[in-house]
Amino acid sequence: MRRVVHLRDAVCVLGRFPALAGATLQVDAGEIVLLQGPNGAGKSTLLRLCAGLLPLQSGEAEVLDCDLSTDPRAVRRRVALLGHGVGLYEELTVADNVAFWTAATKTDRGEIDAAIARVGLAGRLAHVEVARLSAGQRRRAALAVLLTRHAEVWLLDEPHAGLDAQGRDLVDHLVATAADAGVTVLVASHDLDRATALADRVATIDGGVVAALGDGARPRRSREELSSAG
Amino acid sequence: MLADAWIIAAKDLRIEWRSRVAFNQLAPFALVVLVLFAFALDSQQTVLAEATPGLLWITILLALVLCVQRTFVTEGAPGLADQLRLSGLDPAGIFLGKTLGVFVQLVALEILTFVGAAILYSTEFGSVGLMICTAVAASVGLAASGSLYGALLLGVRGRETLLPLLLLPVVAPVLIGATSAFQAALGTGDVTLDQAWRWVGLLTAFAVAYLLAGVFAFGPLLEDT
Repeated sequence: MRRVVHLRDAVCVLGRFPALAGATLQVDAGEIVLLQGPNGAGKSTLLRLCAGLLPLQSGEAEVLDCDLSTDPRAVRRRVALLGHGVGLYEELTVADNVAFWTAATKTDRGEIDAAIARVGLAGRLAHVEVARLSAGQRRRAALAVLLTRHAEVWLLDEPHAGLDAQGRDLVDHLVATAADAGVTVLVASHDLDRATALADRVATIDGGVVAALGDGARPRRSREELSSAG
Repeated sequence: MLADAWIIAAKDLRIEWRSRVAFNQLAPFALVVLVLFAFALDSQQTVLAEATPGLLWITILLALVLCVQRTFVTEGAPGLADQLRLSGLDPAGIFLGKTLGVFVQLVALEILTFVGAAILYSTEFGSVGLMICTAVAASVGLAASGSLYGALLLGVRGRETLLPLLLLPVVAPVLIGATSAFQAALGTGDVTLDQAWRWVGLLTAFAVAYLLAGVFAFGPLLEDT
């Protein structure tokens, strides 16, 4: 089975603070891993490290066979990050934003309308400026951008935040569908009931390390299924 | 790189087209500055005529600061810097795109300002070719240096006040060069046409220097954001 994320004793320092203080985690292709833990535990740092956005201070870190200690930029095109900030231009419409990021990431422009429709923003809302949208609608717009990237790894930081029940169901559906198609998903969430039901495994982060690893509630697929998906 | 530059420039111009900030705020600002200069020097028409080239370019520099601030405010929304880095866009292309977006807005403002000067100051423009070359070379330099400093201050607290403090001294050579060249074009000073074209050369060198500096420096700047 293909190893997608490999962290061993990974240390990441933000300013003078070791936000990751020796995290060890292995994630295989097609897996959904929930990162849980208190605020400031290092969940977001771990996701940003995996995205190649933070420098690795020491230890080992590989994502999609890219060594993050030598060339963190190599992995960036191949991952998608949904962070606390939605990463959208407020003066542009939803459709404009998705079109811009599609052009920027050199992905298929033909999928713009389909992605917007999948997140429930088709029609009038697609042509509304992001600044005029609610927090939940912005989150949906960010999900539409994420869908068009066709990334091999999804790094989701509190993806359920600001969404209504319908929106949270949508996130769960998109994540499950992506994982079934072979996408590897790391999701940090405080919505534990929902996220645990979605995850294959649960990693508890505390004090910048992976303190515990357990099973999620998602029915585990056979290794053959995961292999064929990956 | 050039394709990436076009993607960024098109996005910035689309944002401007939708928000109309340059049209609704920068253009009136430039005209108000011209009017204030006219009030200040109304009783001394000869001084006003002789000072017109300098007044025009001071107006453009002040508008540049607002334009650059505006352009980089849009990039400061939460998560955008991360998404730009993840997109795989060439940092040099991003810099050139930002520069092109600012350049287009500056040129539009300059046209408006020059027309305003013709009406308010009764300015007569002599050598139009010299004026156009001066304006283009100066605008490229201003847009490139503005984009570089705008990126430098992205994410820095108090950038609104820091930007003019850092940028205006840097673009002083453009003010001197463009003013001198315009004196020849408007026939308001003792600068000859030959000297004016040498000033255009200096403006071009300034523009090339800042374009090169931005192409090489923008990547590390984006990483530090």
